[in-house]
Amino acid sequence: MARTVTTPRKLINTAFAWAVGLLIFFPILWTILTSFKTEAQAIASPPIFLNFDWTLENYAVVQERSNYMRYLWNSIIIAGGSTLLGVIVAVPAAWAMAFVPSARTKDILLWMLSTKMLPAVGVLYPIYLLFIQLGLLDSRAGLVVVLMLINLPIIVWMLYTYFREIPGDILEAARMDGASLKEEILYILTPMAVPGIASTVLLNFILAWNEAFWTLNLTAVNAAPLTAFIASYSSPEGLFFAKLSAASTMAIAPILILGWFSQKQLVRGLTFGAVK
Amino acid sequence: MATQHSRSVARLMMAPAVVLLLGWMLVPLTMTLYFSFKKYLPLRGGDLGWVGFDNYIRFVTSSSFWPSVQATLVIVGGVLAITVVLGVLLALLLDQPMWGQGVVRILVIAPFFVMPTVSALVWKNMFMDPVNGLFAHLWRFFGAEPISWLSEASMPSIVMIVSWQWLPFATLILLTAIQSLDSEQLEAAEMDGAPPLKRFFFIILPHLSRAITIVILIQTIFLLSVFAEIFVTTGGAFGTRTLTYLIYQRVLESQNVGLGSAGGVYAIILANIVAIFLMRIVGKNLDA
Repeated sequence: MARTVTTPRKLINTAFAWAVGLLIFFPILWTILTSFKTEAQAIASPPIFLNFDWTLENYAVVQERSNYMRYLWNSIIIAGGSTLLGVIVAVPAAWAMAFVPSARTKDILLWMLSTKMLPAVGVLYPIYLLFIQLGLLDSRAGLVVVLMLINLPIIVWMLYTYFREIPGDILEAARMDGASLKEEILYILTPMAVPGIASTVLLNFILAWNEAFWTLNLTAVNAAPLTAFIASYSSPEGLFFAKLSAASTMAIAPILILGWFSQKQLVRGLTFGAVK
Repeated sequence: MATQHSRSVARLMMAPAVVLLLGWMLVPLTMTLYFSFKKYLPLRGGDLGWVGFDNYIRFVTSSSFWPSVQATLVIVGGVLAITVVLGVLLALLLDQPMWGQGVVRILVIAPFFVMPTVSALVWKNMFMDPVNGLFAHLWRFFGAEPISWLSEASMPSIVMIVSWQWLPFATLILLTAIQSLDSEQLEAAEMDGAPPLKRFFFIILPHLSRAITIVILIQTIFLLSVFAEIFVTTGGAFGTRTLTYLIYQRVLESQNVGLGSAGGVYAIILANIVAIFLMRIVGKNLDA
């Protein structure tokens, strides 16, 4: 039952919404534009919006100066590895809780969520110390494990809410028809669970990619991902707005694109299924 | 119904996740508690023995404690107020019929996907730089003296940066909640002659109350541990040292692990007070 809206009203809505949307997006747009300017144009007064000499020079300089590719690779390994590992651990757990619920399932779920509330800074030193003793400081393996652990509750929760939507009747029907447990999982549950798992992977990859407490404190050179790459630009050296913009654009572009695909999952994942 | 067999299989399937999280929680937590009762300076003598509650007392009586509590409250409170109020308005706007709704939604959500170090640096340099930042240009254009934002107005600046990052989150969740509102109810109210403001306060806002509560609770948990935004902008100077940042400095910068750990225990207690309320709401939702 769509409410009928007059065209002028829709026009006003559109204009207003676009204005607000562009205002919010402006810092990102400005960063992307600046990344194609020369340093002189980047700080020109008054600021130049579009009519500058587009150049790719900054990207080349950033890559050359700080080896962007290595940070990118670290980000991919750390975010990808922690997500993959988390899903491998979480799928069986969420599965069991969704399909064989017991009296304690709810308590276990809430307890898992509570581990997410642990402020990172409260356990910073112990983790730091453990990392030194285990030789994990500044290693990708160490960060994969830590990020897997901090995102595990969200992964379990998201998967649980998705799995719970798979109707139990289908399983019973399959059992009646004589499907074994293996067949049941392989041919009935898995195809129905794939979209949920994919959404979970996507959102957690984004969260791990942007994580900026552990990645800053537990890495130095070898394992530093893009969050640390950008932080290294915090002390300006001469003219650097355009290079900063190029570095920033390279750090956020991959995830911005992925993020746009994951809007829907974002709500469910970050509210632990409380808002759908 | 679940058989004995499937129950034990289920337990086995849950075991890895449960054991890992249990370890993740208990091991560092026990260590933090242990250190918090010690005088422990890794670079200046190491473990100097038990000191009872000394660290806990010293942490709260140090001159930087109350300012850090204040900074934390200003950031959490300021960002919550801005993101919830603007989030409701923005969600209402985005719910209206318009052309290109999908694109506007994408524009609004984008900041959430920008990593904290990037958004902090972009704001710090390209907007808030007192000489070359866009704000400085804007101020000069209107004939005003540019402000060095991060030193003269450090707290508002950081609140603004963090709000920009979290506004999309609030908007997205509130929009999802608005869209689940039964539009017939609104139409009925409209037909009965209820003016827009009344419809907002008596139908839309009550419907949103649960989503608003969830936004507040989840954001509070994340906002209490805002770190990168301060790390790359002010480094804790100019009154922006939050509780999280103070603990970080005690532990890693001045390597006073005992004192920092006591602070960590306070932070954990604080976060848990918020968490209890969130868990209640989420738990209720599980039964439904």
